[in-house]
Formats: sequence, structure tokens, C-alpha cells
Amino acid sequence: MGNLLELRNIETYYGPVMAIRGVSMDIPEGKIVSLLGANGAGKTTVLKTISGAMEPQKGSVTYAGQPIQGKDPDWVARRGVAHVPEGREVFPFLSVDENLQMGAFSRSDNKIRQDIDMVYSYFPILKDLTKSQAVNLSGGQQQMLAIGRALMLRPKLMLLDEPSLGLSPRLVQEISKIIQRLNSEQGVTILLVEQNAKMALNVGHYGYVMEVGRIVMEDSCARLQQATDIQEFYLGMKEQGVRGRRRWKQRKTWR
Amino acid sequence: MEVLQLFISGISQGCVYGLIALGFVLIYKATEMVNFAQGDIMMLGAYVAITFINIWDWPFYWAFPATVLVMAAVGVVLERVLLRPMIGEPHFAVLMLTIGLGFVLRAAAGAIWGNEPRALQTPYVGEVLRLGEAVIGYENLAIIIGTTVLCFLMWVFFRFTRVGIAMQAASQNQLAAFYVGIPVKRMYSLVWALSAAIAAVAGILTAPVSLVDPLIGFVGIKAFAAAIVGGFGSMPGAIIGGLLIGVVEQFAGLYLPPGFADMSAYVLLLVMLVIRPQGLFATMQKKKV
Ligand SMILES: Nc1ncnc2c1ncn2[C@@H]1O[C@H](COP(=O)(O)OP(=O)(O)OP(=O)(O)O)[C@@H](O)[C@H]1O
Ligand SMILES: [Mg+2]
Repeated sequence: MGNLLELRNIETYYGPVMAIRGVSMDIPEGKIVSLLGANGAGKTTVLKTISGAMEPQKGSVTYAGQPIQGKDPDWVARRGVAHVPEGREVFPFLSVDENLQMGAFSRSDNKIRQDIDMVYSYFPILKDLTKSQAVNLSGGQQQMLAIGRALMLRPKLMLLDEPSLGLSPRLVQEISKIIQRLNSEQGVTILLVEQNAKMALNVGHYGYVMEVGRIVMEDSCARLQQATDIQEFYLGMKEQGVRGRRRWKQRKTWR
Repeated sequence: MEVLQLFISGISQGCVYGLIALGFVLIYKATEMVNFAQGDIMMLGAYVAITFINIWDWPFYWAFPATVLVMAAVGVVLERVLLRPMIGEPHFAVLMLTIGLGFVLRAAAGAIWGNEPRALQTPYVGEVLRLGEAVIGYENLAIIIGTTVLCFLMWVFFRFTRVGIAMQAASQNQLAAFYVGIPVKRMYSLVWALSAAIAAVAGILTAPVSLVDPLIGFVGIKAFAAAIVGGFGSMPGAIIGGLLIGVVEQFAGLYLPPGFADMSAYVLLLVMLVIRPQGLFATMQKKKV
């Protein structure tokens, strides 16, 4: 199968700051592609550039054969790209059910109720919380809600930004399984951004590694797991370094 | 009995403040912009109604919805032409823009309709309802009933309709709204349409009570105070804040020396800012952009 998404020489700026320095990536249809990298490498910016929240100064984003760079994010979403941003961006004062309904805002078919039940079958906890306001959910539940809401779009491509962040190891396990099931059962192509390299390499088929705005390595996830650099910098360091960082990240998302 | 009479007039005047305040709050919640021309948009609505009814002789019950529709369209045009290019500009620039818009609307109204006060002809003017010793003019009754119905409709819209919920979603988390495919910019146009339509209703309802001239939009300042008292950002708060100011004003007029009535709204605002700065209905909501 061909590529659902192709990035070619993307350069994206925050004002004068160049965050992405010529990134090219291929996301084959039906696959899970993992994007690894340390804090500030530019992973989130890549996703924002794909979903239209940011416009690249240079380069092209081709989705399903069509250039989409510079389009509004709602336009991109309506064409089947569901971005689940970092930090569990739910609609805090809407109920769980309403959050899911909003995920289907652009749809006019009559399968919406059915898809909400499908989301509840992936995340049974949410079913007991249908009437609760999203703000009252735990962090893990909000993350599930954000993923579930993205599913309501019936996306062809899902952009997941650090879904495991701040979750317990058990929940990380659970989310990994769900990501794999979404890919195999729903046929959703997934671009997964993670600092949790172990999880990302287990789940993904193909992987890219980013450092300060550039892709520095790419290979199948199986081979990346064997690469000594990766073992040293991303898998080995996990025990102390990323933990501490993770706690800091958690606070950042409180805002 | 005088107390009841005053209370009813206060409520009726307060409804008008509340409706304009509602317009402020709607736009603020959705776009974080403060539209200082809200009162002048009400004035424009009143003149559109006068044009349809007094000048073109349309029947009141057609002219009412027609005015609301015309003003909703005016709201959309204002948003598209003036406000949308300002997205991302500093807040004070937007503020100045809406203040400037107010000046333009007042000058234009004066040029088109003249500065002489005019009365909107309504089918119900002059009739009264007696409640014991209290007497309510039908025009005041119309304000109270109209506001109640409008609030109910707004509640239904925001609580139960898909678009209403999407408007809430876009104001609670703009980025997430974009990512689920809600056309956020179109929602902004819709918010302006809605608040201009509400202002038009306020204009039509108040026109028979207080004559219409190009400066009636200045009640917007009191309505702004009402919105703050209500906790800027809360829709029920806007209405309650309006009612509170309306009632306090009436009683201040009776029990305090002349001049205090007009001041009382701001005294209430100051007291509120000191004892409960977040307003009556604190909105816990922190916006994420
Ligand atoms: N709003 C912003 N304004 C200016 N610079 C920014 C902004 N957001 C990010 N940057 C910069 O752009 C670079 C890439 O940031 P990005 O958020 O894409 O990194 P990331 O790989 O997602 O990091 P993290 O793992 O912390 O989420 C960083 O150097 C960061 O400092
Ligand atoms: Mg990031």
C-alpha cells in the first residue's frame, strides 16, 4: 500500500525560532509509525504542522495525495485526520457523552450513537461516567476520553501526542493495547509521538528519531530496538532521567 | 405597595441591562474580546424596527422577527469585516476598535434617522395590567416576558442543540474544538449574530418605554457593569446582574437624594468588586488557547 501521509522538507517556525529544520517522513497506510525524541526535539511541532495548527514556512504535507499544508485544522480534521494533542485536551465542562458527540461534529450519518458505544467498548470505564463533566475525570480517564473523542471522527489517520504521559505503567500497557487494536480492528493509520521509547518501539511498525528539529535516524521499530544508540539514549536512560522529566511535564499540563 | 411597583419597574429595566450584558458575555466567552459597541448595536436594532414599523408600516409581528434577522446579519458582517482580521492582535486594539465602532454607529444613526427622540409604535402601548394596587404597563410586561422567553430559548440552544454545544466546546477549549473539526471561525460569526440578535430584541422591547435616540446605546455601560457583577463569563450571571442593577436603581431613586439613582449601578459594581471580585457566578473556567 502507498503512503497515507508524506512530509517533505518541512520547516516550521515559532516567530524567529526555527523548531523544525527540514523534516521528511512517510506514513504508510495501515501502519503505526512512532516518532521518538527528547524534550524540545520538535515532535509536537511536527504534529501541529500536519494537523494545520501551524503552517510550515517551507515544504509540503501531502495527505491522501492532496497537499494540505496551511489549511485550517478544522478543515484537515474533517478530512479524517484526528489529532489527539498532548495534555489531554478535553472539553472540561461538557459531559463525557457530549465530548464524544463533539468528536462526531462533522459527521451527518446515523451511526454516531453506535460509534459512541464502540468507544465505550474500547474504554469501559467511560461508560460509567457518561454524565460526568470531563473536568472531574482522572488524568488517565481524560486521556481515554481524548482518544475516544478522536475516534468519533472515524479518522483515517490518528496523530497521538504522548498518550502515555503521566500514566501508571498499567495504564500505559492498556493504552498501548488499545492503540494496536485501533490499528488492526479499525484500520486506522497512526503516527505516535512518545518519549516512552520502550512503549513506542513495542507498538510501532516503523520509527523515526528526532533531535533538535531534524530526523536523525529511521528504521523498522524492531531494528531500532537493537540499535545501540537507541538503547543507550532512549531505553537505558528511562529509569531516572525521563521519570523526573515526566513529573515536570505533568505540572506543565496543569497550566 | 409602592415597593412592589418599584420592584416591577426595576425588574423590567433590569431585563434590558441583562440582555445587553448577555451579548457582552457571549462574545467574551467565545472570543475573549469585549465588544463595547453592544449598546449601540441595540440602538441600531431599535432604529431598524422603527424603520420597518413607523416608516414602512409593516405589522409589528412581522417587523419583530425581520429586525432580529437583519441585526443577526449585521452581527455576522461586523465579525467578518472588522473583528476577524483582528484575531491575534492585542486586546486593547480590539477594544479601541469596538469603541470606535460605537462612535460610528451613533453618528450614522444620527445622520440617517435624526437626533430627535422617536417612539416605536407597538400594538400594546398604553395598556396596563393591575396587580392589586400595582400597575404594570404592557410595554414593561412585554420586556419581562420577552426576556424570560429569550433566556429559555438560549438555555435550550446551548444545552441541547448540536451547534449550541459546539459553541460551548469552542469557548472551553479552542484548540480541541479545531481538532475535532468544529468550524471555530464560523462559530465566532454565529456568536456575533446571536449577540446582535439579542441586542435587537432588547432594543425593540425597550423602545416603547424609553424613546429612541442615537445615544440610547449608552445603557451599554450599565449593562457592562451588570455583566461584571454577574461574573463576566456567566450567562445567568449577566441576567441576574442586570436585574440587580435595575432594582437597586429604582430603590435608590426613591430613597436617596436625586442623582444617586444613576450612580447606584457603579456603586453596586464597586461594592461587588471589593467583596466578591469574581462576581456572583464565578466562572471557574480557565481558557486554553
Ligand atoms: N509556543 C512556542 N513558542 C516558541 N517556541 C516554542 C513554542 N513551542 C515550542 N517551542 C520550541 O520549539 C521546539 C520544539 O518544541 P516541541 O514542543 O515541538 O517539542 P517536543 O518534541 O514536542 O517536546 P516535548 O517532549 O517536551 O513535548 C522547542 O525548542 C521549543 O522550545
Ligand atoms: Mg511535545
